[in-house]
Amino acid sequence: MAIGTKKERIDSLAESTADDSGVSLAASAWKRLRRSPVFLFGSFIIVAFIIIAVIAPWIAPHDPSARDLADQVIKARNQIPEPQPGHPLGGDLQGRDFLSRLLVGAQQTLLVGVFATLIGLAGGLALGTLAGAFGGWVDSLVMRIVDVMLSIPQLLLAFGIGALFAKPNLFTVILAVSIVQIPVFARLLRGSMLAQRGSDHVLAATSLGVKPGAIVFRHMLPNSLGPVIVQSTLVLATSIIDAAALSFLGLGNPDDRVPEWGQMLGGAQTVIDTHPQLAFWPAGCIIAIALGFTLVGESLRDALDPKNRR
Amino acid sequence: MALLEVRDLTVEFHRKGEEPFTAVDRVSFDVEPGQTVGLVGESGCGKSVTSLAIMGLLPKRGAKVSGTVNFEGTDLLRLSDKQLRDKRGRDLGMVFQDPLSSLNPVIPIGLQVTEVLERHQGLSRKAAMVEAADLLDKVGIPDPNRRLSEYPHQLSGGMRQRALIAIALACKPRLLIADEPTTALDVTIQAQILTLLRELVRDLGTALVMITHDLGVVAGLCDEVNVLYAGRVVEKAQRHELFAQPRHPYTHGLLASIPRLDAPRGERLNPIRGSVADNIPWTSGCAFAPRCPNVLDVCTEVTPVQEDIGGGRLLRCHNPVQPEVPQEVSA
Repeated sequence: MAIGTKKERIDSLAESTADDSGVSLAASAWKRLRRSPVFLFGSFIIVAFIIIAVIAPWIAPHDPSARDLADQVIKARNQIPEPQPGHPLGGDLQGRDFLSRLLVGAQQTLLVGVFATLIGLAGGLALGTLAGAFGGWVDSLVMRIVDVMLSIPQLLLAFGIGALFAKPNLFTVILAVSIVQIPVFARLLRGSMLAQRGSDHVLAATSLGVKPGAIVFRHMLPNSLGPVIVQSTLVLATSIIDAAALSFLGLGNPDDRVPEWGQMLGGAQTVIDTHPQLAFWPAGCIIAIALGFTLVGESLRDALDPKNRR
Repeated sequence: MALLEVRDLTVEFHRKGEEPFTAVDRVSFDVEPGQTVGLVGESGCGKSVTSLAIMGLLPKRGAKVSGTVNFEGTDLLRLSDKQLRDKRGRDLGMVFQDPLSSLNPVIPIGLQVTEVLERHQGLSRKAAMVEAADLLDKVGIPDPNRRLSEYPHQLSGGMRQRALIAIALACKPRLLIADEPTTALDVTIQAQILTLLRELVRDLGTALVMITHDLGVVAGLCDEVNVLYAGRVVEKAQRHELFAQPRHPYTHGLLASIPRLDAPRGERLNPIRGSVADNIPWTSGCAFAPRCPNVLDVCTEVTPVQEDIGGGRLLRCHNPVQPEVPQEVSA
């Protein structure tokens, strides 16, 4: 090798240690994430779907609610528009362009997933902080409520809440799905908050006369968020699936002019024998986006795992 | 009046369905301003519980603390939570054993120093930062301005303990409790940290309660030593007297068990036989009796009382090591 080898080695060594200075735990986790193929693949899927959702109105070849192909639908014979020039995936039972509906459907699905997760996260953070910070009877009360909610199967609970509303709409779907996520977040946060309560650095902060509010919000909560952050990416996946399931069963937005994958899947039921592609495409999209979020969540969990920390 | 007067401090842990466990049993000692007092004993003897009780850091449920802890004439055990919080960090400081876990991992060092300054001295963030850099410099952390923005995991063990000491001493408390501050550090760093502590308490006039199992630390730092066994003080003496002439068989055993560089090759270590698990309760005699080389029949029948044996020394033993045999200690 050339004479410069040794110097290069030292330089690269210096570089590898230098970019470690002044980094938070989040930054060092990000460094690991960037090299994780699982994370890259998962985030590629997510980013692709987000881009599709954003630009869908412009790239959709047709208006997703226009019944352009209505004349090709013969309900009695289960006949629907076949793929044809200008309509690569054909039409649905109402004669609307299927590809356009699929593209625009990404909007609703992501919207429901993100908002349901955010609302569930907010509720879970509030309850979990309450239980973990106060302990005692507050903790017992909150956790019993959470236990009751957890004892009902998640999807069933979402159906129950969804069915409470006489007129289901987008908001009721989000609400039903998000309420179901609250107990998971609450229990997770409460657990790590309790662990923080007995930790040395919280004891040390207490020994410095730090006020209880600052102990909770500066010392306990930030150190408890890791698992919750990971969980929220996984919950994004289940929210999307739950929302799709609600729509599939008719508890979703009844206005079917706005396309949504779960509801498209539901609509495909009657023709599934003759036209399985009507179920295949929305189902594939739901699986793909859920997989994307799950992969990101799993790799995030690995990256934030203290055992992997250098 | 002493700065800190601990009288009959007793800590009982209650657990549902179990006999209460007395971790600290009528412990009394004084700390004068500027003085360094050692609490020495092996694991489980109650030394850490004593320090937590003084600071009011024991959990409210399950731990029953009685006795008095007079700090500048105020009984810390009778203060409200708020009054105690105002004293902690300002008048009373504490340094813990494990410097890594005692620092908040998600907050830069600087903010952890300024937190206590902002809390007790009402400094602005900016002024506190300047003060923090000054403090880090004082405890011997090089390039303090850079360190302020770093996170605990980026500092070495010794550096972290220095930072913790800086935090504990930020408001110049009159009393510092150091709970095994060097146990988690390697030997050379231990020596540095002890030197630092000695200099700081001397310069600031801070009284120091040094909790340790390490007699080397005691020898280098403490003016007065309380030896704890099973929650009670078994011997109390000035440092020099304790090392020259240990009277309690337990203290004697602790000193004899220190390996010596000048011992002949192949000589075996000289541990105290048995373990803390062999203790009998103080109520039915001397807790150390099952492990004591000097044990008499009376030791398992009558609880020894603490006696003043002159020269400010206190001793709790039926059959103390006689002063004639100190030569054996250095054998």
